[in-house]
Amino acid sequence: MFEIVDDILDLRTLAQGIASDGDGAIATFSGIVRGTNKGKRVLFLEYEAYPEMAVKMMERIGEEVKANWGLESLRIQHRIGRLNVGETSVVIVVSSPHRDDSFAACQYAINRLKRIVPIWKKEVFEDGEVWVEGPVETVDMP
Amino acid sequence: MRVFAALREVIDQEELEVELPSGTTVTGLWERLVSDEARLEPFGAALQFAVNHDFVSKETELQPDDEVAFLPPVSGG
Repeated sequence: MFEIVDDILDLRTLAQGIASDGDGAIATFSGIVRGTNKGKRVLFLEYEAYPEMAVKMMERIGEEVKANWGLESLRIQHRIGRLNVGETSVVIVVSSPHRDDSFAACQYAINRLKRIVPIWKKEVFEDGEVWVEGPVETVDMP
Repeated sequence: MRVFAALREVIDQEELEVELPSGTTVTGLWERLVSDEARLEPFGAALQFAVNHDFVSKETELQPDDEVAFLPPVSGG
């Protein structure tokens, strides 16, 4: 399941029923809005997505996880719109027979999302705002 | 054509339809946008490009009804 949503994210709901009989581990990741950046207090963030392409790129990450670890269980939801400090912006869940693969695939998925999924965030401070720019990278497999 | 984030704010539109001579490339379209709106120019160096929801190189030739998107460096998560 790969979704862009404009509502509150719930990790527990996303993880519901993810594990199959052969699975012995579930790894999860939640990204939350940090209240400071480079020493400045962040008031809130505005997230924007290119939704059709974002879903397609998350599906691609799912295919990469399948190719690298043989796991088909990856689920990702990313929230857009205005998010306050402490709110969850992204949730990722993946299950596997043994824990090493879940941990690795989960970390891979968030790293990859930050590079190839077309989502942007604007940080709003007391005295201004700035669009955050991530590193530019190709979409090829690492 | 779709634009996002800082680019969207500069152009003040999310979506545009444009008529182009055949053989126009992604970078050709970008240059045309910059000639209409010089404030876009600084974004050119870091841009990525997509056609029909896939990343493409800037040399890609556009076809009728293609959806081309100009993407600033992504920062999700």
